[in-house]
Amino acid sequence: MKKYKKRRTMLYIPGNNPAMIQQGGIYGADSILLDLEDAVAMGQKDSARILVRNMIKTIDFYDTEVCVRVNHLGSPFGLKDLEEIVPLQPSAIRYPKTESAQDIINLLHIVEEIEDRHGLPHNGMTIHAMIETAMGVQNVFEIASKFIRIDAITVGGQDLTADMNIMYTSDGAGIDFARKRIVMAAKASHMDVLDTIFPDVNDEVGLRKETEYAKKIGFTGKAVINPRQIDIVHEVYTPTEEEIRKAFRIVKEFKANTAAGIGVFAIDGKMIDAPIVSRAEYILKLANIEVKNPSDPHD
Amino acid sequence: MKPKISAQSGTFESSDVIFLIEPLPHNAGRKIELSSTVFHQYGESFNKIVVEMLDEFEMTDIHLIAKDKGALEPTIKARLETAILRSLDEQEGSILFAK
Repeated sequence: MKKYKKRRTMLYIPGNNPAMIQQGGIYGADSILLDLEDAVAMGQKDSARILVRNMIKTIDFYDTEVCVRVNHLGSPFGLKDLEEIVPLQPSAIRYPKTESAQDIINLLHIVEEIEDRHGLPHNGMTIHAMIETAMGVQNVFEIASKFIRIDAITVGGQDLTADMNIMYTSDGAGIDFARKRIVMAAKASHMDVLDTIFPDVNDEVGLRKETEYAKKIGFTGKAVINPRQIDIVHEVYTPTEEEIRKAFRIVKEFKANTAAGIGVFAIDGKMIDAPIVSRAEYILKLANIEVKNPSDPHD
Repeated sequence: MKPKISAQSGTFESSDVIFLIEPLPHNAGRKIELSSTVFHQYGESFNKIVVEMLDEFEMTDIHLIAKDKGALEPTIKARLETAILRSLDEQEGSILFAK
């Protein structure tokens, strides 16, 4: 069984911080995001770019997915970032302030030209589109649905509120519509969707509450800015033992009934149909559990 | 190549190293001053990395000062490459002692 790659957490690591980068694989996040954009001062962009390049080449990040947030191509740094990072083929490039499908077309044109120059395939590295402007929110379905290389959409709450000229508040009221629209676009395009960061690293109760809300409305994970936030997000996104047992039972019964030619059946008096089976399968996928066919002698 | 301007890179943080480069007069060669919190254990390899990179970039007439706080090899190489490129005026980035 191919292990499902979870993206419950994506830890931001400033691209100019060697101590944090070299420990990137041991924090326990599902993904790390080596950041060349907002976490790096304007005067240190060159330094961070070279450091991240060397670290990706050298450091073992174990099973942690490694993504790099490059600067926007409209800045003086975006093209230089891509020239250094694309040949290393990290798991993904995160593209900030994506506002339209044309932004991704422009990005892919450069990415694939660099890959061609280095004899690299066009399917080894994915793109994460970061939505953090009102225009990006309006165009998110077009962005998410058009490109096979995009496998995740992320929300940048701080930049989005700034673009909307509103204050970022802990209840998330100002970006609630954006969150839901972005989730729906990602779901319709069958990809991961990661919620924005929770900025107060000392407020663990607030982080848990916001993560529970993000999960409830459909986010598959959340960006974090401090290793202390990882366990809380993972706890929220990890199915409980009871959920796993129930899901296992549903899928097992479903397979047995399907083999017997029965479509709809009941467990404990409740009707089980396709949507419930689908949800149960997703829970088992999160838990990396496979239910084999009843006829399988190894089951 | 010779440094055109003074430049620096890196920080004094743990696991990092700071490099300062100043141009020296013509035919002055190299003047290298390395210090490290782990010099006793790793000074030899630190010096080797620095000399090899200066050779790779064919740097001469250069005064290089390094203060290491236990940086790993990829960090040492990244910081030195940045300082060299900055001293050649080929990178964006901060210039400490522009002349």
